Amino acid sequence: MFGYYFELALRMLRRNKALTALMVLAIALGIGTSMTTLTVLHVLTRDPLPGRSGTLYYPQIDPRDNSGAMPGKEPPEQLTLIDGFNLLHAKRADRQALMTGGTVPVQPDFAAIDPFYVEARYTTADFFPMFAASFRYGRGWDAADDEAKARDVVISSDLNARLFGGANSVGRTLRMADSLFRVVGVLGNWAPNPHFYDLDTGYYGHAEQVFIPLQSALDLHLQHEGSSDCWGNGTGGVGRIYPSPSCVWLQFWVRLDTPAKAADYQEFLIHYSAQQQALGRFVKAPNVRLRNVMQWLAYQQVVPDDVRLQTGLAFGFLLVCLVNTVGLMLAKFLRRGTEFSVRRALGASRRALFAQLLIESGVVGLAGGVGGLLLALTGLWIVRHRPSDYASLAHLDPAMLMTTFLLALGASLLAGLLPAWRACQVAPALQLKSH
Amino acid sequence: MEVRPILSTLRRHKTTSWLLILEIALTCAIVCNAVFMIGHRLQHMHMTSGIDEHSLVQIQLAEIAPTPDIYARAREDLAVLRQVPGVQAVALTNQLPMEGRSANSNLKLDPAQHERTLTATSYFGEDLPQTMGARLVAGRYLAPEEFMNADVVVKGLANGDTKGLPAVTVITQALADRLWPGQNPLGKTIYVTDQLGVRVVGVLADLARGTPYDDATAHYSFILPIFMGAGKDWSYVIRTRPQEREIVLKAAVAALKKADPKRVVTKQQTYDELREKFFADDRAMAGILAGVIAALLTVTALGIVGLASFWVAQRRRTIGVRRALGATRGDILRYFQTENFLLVSLGIVLGMMLAYGINVFLMAHYELPRLPGLYLPAGALALWAIGQLAVLGPALRASHVPPVVATRSA
Repeated sequence: MFGYYFELALRMLRRNKALTALMVLAIALGIGTSMTTLTVLHVLTRDPLPGRSGTLYYPQIDPRDNSGAMPGKEPPEQLTLIDGFNLLHAKRADRQALMTGGTVPVQPDFAAIDPFYVEARYTTADFFPMFAASFRYGRGWDAADDEAKARDVVISSDLNARLFGGANSVGRTLRMADSLFRVVGVLGNWAPNPHFYDLDTGYYGHAEQVFIPLQSALDLHLQHEGSSDCWGNGTGGVGRIYPSPSCVWLQFWVRLDTPAKAADYQEFLIHYSAQQQALGRFVKAPNVRLRNVMQWLAYQQVVPDDVRLQTGLAFGFLLVCLVNTVGLMLAKFLRRGTEFSVRRALGASRRALFAQLLIESGVVGLAGGVGGLLLALTGLWIVRHRPSDYASLAHLDPAMLMTTFLLALGASLLAGLLPAWRACQVAPALQLKSH
Repeated sequence: MEVRPILSTLRRHKTTSWLLILEIALTCAIVCNAVFMIGHRLQHMHMTSGIDEHSLVQIQLAEIAPTPDIYARAREDLAVLRQVPGVQAVALTNQLPMEGRSANSNLKLDPAQHERTLTATSYFGEDLPQTMGARLVAGRYLAPEEFMNADVVVKGLANGDTKGLPAVTVITQALADRLWPGQNPLGKTIYVTDQLGVRVVGVLADLARGTPYDDATAHYSFILPIFMGAGKDWSYVIRTRPQEREIVLKAAVAALKKADPKRVVTKQQTYDELREKFFADDRAMAGILAGVIAALLTVTALGIVGLASFWVAQRRRTIGVRRALGATRGDILRYFQTENFLLVSLGIVLGMMLAYGINVFLMAHYELPRLPGLYLPAGALALWAIGQLAVLGPALRASHVPPVVATRSA
């Protein structure tokens, strides 16, 4: 029966080619634009470290003076150097890392490559195990290296390919900012997106090429990159002068394996703030926050407004396309009243007629869905070639492919149900009588 | 034109009619808001910078090894650049308008204030407005002897030595109007930190911020007499003749590299290129919106054509009967045109309400202003025109149905 209905549907659709094309095109356009924007939204709202992000927290405390800070206001988004090291050395979390961004000039040994600047992360040792960094060769450094201000460096696989031809470079030396570093590790394919641990250096498609122990970087006065917020007489740093003590410019992440530990840590932050207030360093009453990765990303509103707007716009467009197709399909079915009443009079049940019409609209929907998928792939290709920072991320993953398929099927059925149902309501005798 | 017969016909095609009305309403609502958003983006993209955009080029360099004396390095660079043929003026700046990065300060009118008055972009650099072509409307420019090196200022602030701090500033008209509405800003003092109070000695017509995302605060800028010295975050801005920009840029980069080869050029571009990058996202969004509008209107117009064609085909016999009973071709044509007009009008009424609703939602979530009332009649006119154009073909076909059809059986 299905085969016969399918053949009938094709014959009917062929009878009015322009109209069929219009309906298929409308659905394809609607689904194509919706899927393109939805995929972009999906990759931008993704969890950067699935399975781990729930136990990673970003402690915030408020060391500011009274100016510019009212009760109930959010604490600053970063830490001062002093507080950062205090919290790091307190070791109250399962793991903790203090870090900031930077840029360093890389000076290759051979003259064939001119010196070039790369983005750097100055961080303490727990960064790699805490953020589940995967290593191609070697590994990170440890806390003892941090304290010893070791001239160690972990490099990205891109930089490894550029400098060492992709070979195992662990143990080799690398000259940066006129200092010699020893390569201790080469990262694998690891670059969390969004760049959650320091959003000030960019939200998406952002990856550091070198990782240097924080104390070593401070010791060498390597250049700081990122934002700094100051109060009182603080200045945000000039050239090789780092931001003043009354500036926040470092990020601090902790891993807390259970909610109970998170609650304890929040208590610890309040206790620390009260202690600093008693010492006269902090002016304000304790004002702390402890957000996990996804809460932090939501608070920072990393997804661009434009992307949300585009998604809404695309679904509005899809709705118009669907209404358009429903209207055309309905008009088409209603015009074939005579044919339907003849079939009904010849004994076809209402259900059989309904099935036949649903298959006819389903064919339109399916064709539209396939067209939509092709358009979405084209759309994502265009997004990837635009100069936005998230361009390289715009790929269709299996989940989104499934969503596209379901959306196409749902849309076509939706577009078919109403016309099919309405057309089935014909009374056999009445239609026959009028002719 | 008699409307009643049209209505009674439409009543027999209730579902189809309502679907068409719904489609037109949705299209109307989305198009009104999309056109409004395009206008908003275009207005943002045409923001003034206050400088001679077509005469400027920017060069940024980063040192490979630490420079012993960044101030001497910068002075020498500036002298080298002045020697390059075609260079009219040159300055070292910490940022350029619309560069996409900026140094901002929380300004106060009284150091005892708890809350800042506002946040403004702080420019540092000698000869900055002169080189960039920012017009002075009152007072004077900052004098060379008023400038001090950045590290002196940082140390002064750190140890509370106010003698080492800058004392004067030049601000934009927009900032002056906001801080002291209706008053003469010259001689007034703004506080950049609690100890750093600077007296206004000059007012610029305009100088946009480094990151002017918000139109309302885009021109809140001031210049402090601080000399940054050479550094990877600062850049040289060169003024030249528009037609010589590319040549001068190349020659200037070559001269700088020759002066100190241990450096990497991180930026070399004309100001026009810089500005284009800043607004790239807005341009893309405006393009996407325009594309969606075109697609929406096309789909809706084709939908109207399709539906009208069906109705004409379905009513061939009725049309034939009417023609046989004396209706002219014009009558039939006008019948379908009026029908379309009625449907579109109903769609527009619904669409206006929907457009308003969408705008209220956007205002709440995306900091968009209220949709000006003018957009609604404009949207209505556009949809009426599209509706009439779309229905013209089918209606003409209907008017050519010969009366003899009435005598034939279907």
